[in-house]
Amino acid sequence: MTAQTVPGTEATALPAVHRSRRATVLGLTGTAAVLLAMAALPYLVDSGVTGQLVKLCYLVALASMWNLLTGYAGMMSMGQQAFIGLGAYLLFVVNDHGVNVYAGTLVVSALVALLAWPLSYLAFRLRGGYFAVGTWVIAEVVRLIVVRFDSLGAASGRSLSDVTADPVLRRAFTYWLALAVMAAAVLGTYAMLRSRLGLGLQAIRDDDTAAGSLGVDVTRGKRTVYIAAAAGCAAAGAVICVNSLGVASPTQIFGVQYSALMVFMVIIGGIGTVEGPVIGALAYFLLDKYFAQSGVWYLVVVGAVAIAVSLYLPRGLWGTFAQRTGWAVFPVRHTVGR
Amino acid sequence: MTWLSVVVQGMLLGGIFAMAAAGLSLVFGVMRIANLAHGDLMILGGYVASVTAAHYGVPVPLTIVVSMVAVGALGYLVQRSMLDRAMGLGELAPMLVTFGISVVIPNVLVQVFSNDAQPLSVGSLGTASIHVGGDLSIGWFPLITLLAAVAVLTVLQLFLHRTQPGRIVRATADDRAVVRLMGVDNRRVYALTTVIAFGTVALAGVLYTMRQGGVTPYEGQLTVLFAFETVIIGGLGSLWGTLAGGMVLGVAQSVGAQISPDLPLLAGHVVFLLVLVFRPQGMFGRSVLA
Repeated sequence: MTAQTVPGTEATALPAVHRSRRATVLGLTGTAAVLLAMAALPYLVDSGVTGQLVKLCYLVALASMWNLLTGYAGMMSMGQQAFIGLGAYLLFVVNDHGVNVYAGTLVVSALVALLAWPLSYLAFRLRGGYFAVGTWVIAEVVRLIVVRFDSLGAASGRSLSDVTADPVLRRAFTYWLALAVMAAAVLGTYAMLRSRLGLGLQAIRDDDTAAGSLGVDVTRGKRTVYIAAAAGCAAAGAVICVNSLGVASPTQIFGVQYSALMVFMVIIGGIGTVEGPVIGALAYFLLDKYFAQSGVWYLVVVGAVAIAVSLYLPRGLWGTFAQRTGWAVFPVRHTVGR
Repeated sequence: MTWLSVVVQGMLLGGIFAMAAAGLSLVFGVMRIANLAHGDLMILGGYVASVTAAHYGVPVPLTIVVSMVAVGALGYLVQRSMLDRAMGLGELAPMLVTFGISVVIPNVLVQVFSNDAQPLSVGSLGTASIHVGGDLSIGWFPLITLLAAVAVLTVLQLFLHRTQPGRIVRATADDRAVVRLMGVDNRRVYALTTVIAFGTVALAGVLYTMRQGGVTPYEGQLTVLFAFETVIIGGLGSLWGTLAGGMVLGVAQSVGAQISPDLPLLAGHVVFLLVLVFRPQGMFGRSVLA
């Protein structure tokens, strides 16, 4: 029972473990500049442009949330549409009670986080591919329950009751809301990954058994991420709802195609990096803008590209680039050295 | 008496779910791949049958064979060109690949055959039934699908337990490294497994299509859930559990539909979630295949 001293420990200094401070400062300054420039856009450009950027913003938010779940906590979800749909539908509820849609977005994220907590106990009964399908079933159940409420428009969707009357102001507010949700999703992910929890998550991503044996509370880490990702997706769902002034159809907002989108964006951009989902969302946004008219073939290409990238470029665009250059806009890794 | 009839119809429906789920369970047991495209492959099987019957004049019973061979061959290609590689990349890559396939299949079907239902009729067999007594009567066709499901599961069970290739498949499921040391190329075992799984799911798809009278491109999004639910309700790794799981799901949907026409899906999902809460290992759950 006596503690053994390792020979030589006193003589050699422990190697320093650090995270690049300069890259952190540069990355955050750059991000702040980009966000400020984007925030100024309603004063500078036509509302058509900001209208399109609303979509980019919620795509980035969605991709970041899926990346947090799958890329960091190792939980591949096919059911985030449950929370996107709940975000949109709960916004009707709080809006009907007199909360404006912008503050309402914050309220519904909190409400959905509360709902996600008990749901996590259900979903966590399953692992791997069965977890993926389990979350999908949960999303279907949520949809089938929501469409039973006539006040929520039943099977035909409904529109928001109380929105900003002036169209110019409304578009600007919607855009700022989307921008705020995106910034919160990306920077929130970044902050989470740099925390103690994030260190645990990165260990879980690499090997959850090993992480557990080293004292990381794996289930707790995963549950925190599940709840955070639900809240983020709900905020994105609320943005989608505000942007189109309602929900056109429950099958669309609860559709598994949102999961397909998230998979595509994260895989293309680079799974398990903070920057990857942003790049992936941008890639999808451009693809969608220029090729969506070509109909269903475009979706075939989306699926085929996702397969090809996961087989031949598993780190995705940003991951491959970062590996070659060592660059990081949002450094979360610790490196050992002097 | 109506309730008895509802339960019997549900059990007959469960046969198709069990048949669809068998391949899913097999692939997961041997390769640890959860095939997210399983439902779409089932629908693809239905399409192959429907199209060969309608456009190439193949007799309807023969379309079953055509479909099983075609989708089985696709299984070989998918395994060799994608899944073998994906399995070397980690746990996530195979799932992503099968998910990609599940996006490609229905959209190709829409592009080529539109959103309209592709009909596949079994003629008078579709409506023929045996009157058992009271108001209980059993349709011939649903009965045949259940018998076919039992037959498929029996053959699969015998194959896995009584034949040399079957034993190798089970051994590979247990430990592929050891199987390789014994001089067996595990990739050939994987290819065989995938071909069997794709072939049986095609059979399930054709019977499903015949039962419905036709098939539409996006139905795979439903059938994939049914197949997974069946496996989990029955318990991973037990083929007879899979049959029981299919029947439980079928009965749940059938009873749900009897209560209200918009309830079958919700009833099925809720039973699945209840099993998850109260008996997560499933009804006949064991940890490894067969």
